[in-house]
Amino acid sequence: MDRMVFDIAHLLAGGLVLVSFMMIYQERLGALIRVFAMHAVVLSLSVSWQAWTQDAPHLYVTAAIALVFKAVVIPGALLRIIRRMGIHREVETVVGSGLTMLAGMGLVAMSIVLMLRLTETVDAFAREDLAFALSVVLLGLLMMVTRRNAVSQVVGFMSMENGLILAATGAKGMPLVVEISVAFSVLIAFIVIGVFLFRIRERFDTIDLGALEEYRGENQ
Amino acid sequence: MTAVEFALLCAAALLALGPVAILLGRRAVATPLIYASSAVLCLALTGAGVAVLAGMAGVSGRVLPIGLPWLGAHWRLDALAAFFLLVVGFGSAAASVYALGYGRHEHEPLRVLPFYPAFLGAMVLVVLAHDAFSFLASWEVMSLLSWALVMAHHRAEGTRHAGYVYLLMAGFGTMALLLAFGLLAGSGGDYAFDAMRASDRSPAMAAAILALMLLGAGSKAGLVPLHVWLPLAHPAAPSHVSALMSGVMTKVALYGLIRVVFDLVGPLAWWASPAVIVLGALTAVLGILSALVASDIKRALAYSTIENIGVIVAALGLALAFRANGMTATAALAFSAALFHIFNHAAFKSLLFMGAGNVLTATGQRELDALGGLIHRMPVTAALMLVGAMAISALPPLNGFASEWLLFQSVLKSPELPQAGLQIIVPAAGAMLALAAALAASAFVRIYGVGFLGRPRSEAAQKAVEVDRFSLAAMAALALICVLAGVFPGVVLDLLAPASEAMVAARLPVQADQAWLTLVPIAETRSTYNGLLVLVFIAFSASGSAWLVHRLASRKLRRGPAWDCGFPSDIANTQYGAGSFAQPLRRVLGTVLLRAREEITMPPPGDGGPARLRVHLRDLFWDGIYQPISTVINAVATQANRLQFLTIRRYLSLVVGSLVSLLLVLTIWN
Repeated sequence: MDRMVFDIAHLLAGGLVLVSFMMIYQERLGALIRVFAMHAVVLSLSVSWQAWTQDAPHLYVTAAIALVFKAVVIPGALLRIIRRMGIHREVETVVGSGLTMLAGMGLVAMSIVLMLRLTETVDAFAREDLAFALSVVLLGLLMMVTRRNAVSQVVGFMSMENGLILAATGAKGMPLVVEISVAFSVLIAFIVIGVFLFRIRERFDTIDLGALEEYRGENQ
Repeated sequence: MTAVEFALLCAAALLALGPVAILLGRRAVATPLIYASSAVLCLALTGAGVAVLAGMAGVSGRVLPIGLPWLGAHWRLDALAAFFLLVVGFGSAAASVYALGYGRHEHEPLRVLPFYPAFLGAMVLVVLAHDAFSFLASWEVMSLLSWALVMAHHRAEGTRHAGYVYLLMAGFGTMALLLAFGLLAGSGGDYAFDAMRASDRSPAMAAAILALMLLGAGSKAGLVPLHVWLPLAHPAAPSHVSALMSGVMTKVALYGLIRVVFDLVGPLAWWASPAVIVLGALTAVLGILSALVASDIKRALAYSTIENIGVIVAALGLALAFRANGMTATAALAFSAALFHIFNHAAFKSLLFMGAGNVLTATGQRELDALGGLIHRMPVTAALMLVGAMAISALPPLNGFASEWLLFQSVLKSPELPQAGLQIIVPAAGAMLALAAALAASAFVRIYGVGFLGRPRSEAAQKAVEVDRFSLAAMAALALICVLAGVFPGVVLDLLAPASEAMVAARLPVQADQAWLTLVPIAETRSTYNGLLVLVFIAFSASGSAWLVHRLASRKLRRGPAWDCGFPSDIANTQYGAGSFAQPLRRVLGTVLLRAREEITMPPPGDGGPARLRVHLRDLFWDGIYQPISTVINAVATQANRLQFLTIRRYLSLVVGSLVSLLLVLTIWN
């Protein structure tokens, strides 16, 4: 039974990393947001599995928050935004997606090696979880660096935050307050960024960050 | 109440006087009240120091529950601290009395009054501190308050530059001290001095601590090449503060050096000492050479401080060399010479800076070439200045001679050192110190001769009037100390013997037992000095020859124009000036060390205009060390400036890049 529990937790956390990889090569904004919704669904599955195995009912609340906000509300709102801006069919050319994938694989390898070495004293459950969580965080960062569109940067930021939640739920005894406050701050960040998206759009007729750089009078 | 508690109370009262000065504001009572209370408190501190040294009060310590929670603040008044408390106390008391008169001329007293007593209090706390945290905190407070005092006349030209350089050097010095104490505490991390003293360390580690202390305390005391701020900042401050900074604060810096190097570090290998000796001797020569060509009287005095610090540090290096070889009696001789010179320098340098302050009050001039003939208009100042100038030039029977004589006695013991290297280095350093002493005499002949003798070179010098009584009283007290310490050096040496015993485990023979107040450093058969005898001889021969001249030759008194060289001219420039007096030595020694270059412009034939001689001096250390460093820092800062204008994605890449590289390092490290 123990073996089973471990394998399922492993599968779900690994799935999260896999979905992170999927996000990296999505060229269409709409597809990207839907993959992000899937990311959140996998996260909430993983968290509820942790809740079941750790016998910690408050983690169900975390899973529910992830499901409602990250998988439904935020992607829905983002989809609405890009529709209203008329960019939902826009194709964002991802430069060197192959190279980015390779870099992502390198990051995942690094974080697994690092985490497995650093956490030898912790139980296997949390070790695997932490390694995958760090990979998800690094992949989110990688996405923010490689994308130029503001919406995809927001998605990268959110997926990074998913990695944090994965790490937090993997460790036993994390109080609910922490997760709620993290979720709340992400929500606020989403609102602020959403407002900014419209402001940027109003001003520059695009949400390509390159336009901002041109406006600052700098070449790239 | 133990002595240390009494001293702490006095220091606290001094610190509290700062806010009181702010509350009093511009009221007329503020200046006399603050300075008088400072003087009383400092005299009390002097008393506490003397009491501990003379054995009337025991060595005492106290831990106060302030500062770091697990450490507390340790304070201790042992023999070494008591000696320095005495030096700080009498120097500060004299400066406070002087300021009772001098401070009245201050245009903006609120720029000086709040900082002055607190500065005194901070110096006392540095001396009393017995853990690294309290020491460094007091040290920093002392640095910052003295910076504020330097900036008192911030509108004057050059003051802000001086303050900036001082702040940089003080920061650098504290950084070095911080590292030194970090090494002293070791991995155990106990910052109490008692724990540092108890722990063992390797010779290399001890030498590293010595090097850091030379950087940290040396930058505050004015060791070459960290001396550049001193001739800028000391003259920029009001004169009583200059007296304190030069006469007293540099001694507090030396206290830090002695406390760590002689007390906390433990035994140092002999090969660590030549660096100290050579550094001291170099500092002495370079300092006095710069004093010899400086045209500003306060600047020349500040350079002379550098020279004296060099002499003291060389003596400390000698003590280290002797102690490392187990020659404790000779180590005690060198160490006592250093402490005695610290005491003496505090007295005569304060006296000289006060004299310069009087000149500044009376004429508004600091340039030597604008002074002259002041001996007629300010006779008391001139007489007291003469005592100070003679004392600092090491003329018997004054105190400067006694301490330098002791130092050279220890230099003469160098053939008994077992290491050939030291046998060569010590006499060479001794020769440099002798050169410095001779140059010092010539520098002070120049300052005194150009400033006080001859004919006035400006209208301001012509109209000078003698200053108030408080200033003169403070100077007279210091001059008296100079004379008494010179005539009865045994009293001071007996007083500082407990400090020497604590630091080098030996003391000089008890001087009070010697017949006829003779000074006997080693043995009567070797060398003795009797200040009283010299004084009596000088008094007899001088008054005898005066009597003979007046008796046998003419009784008539004739007053003639001074220094007209047989050519009665109204132009005061025909006299010897500051530049012309220094010229021979500048040409001999200054071409290399000061990069002195002369430029003569002759008028074309037929032109009746004067020929002009310009002298260009360059600071070797400024050009060779500080300029390149500041150029490099500027270049790096200009490059780093570009970081401010990156695009959003580049900032993100920077963050990710640094995170990933740190993680990579961690991966490889494990």
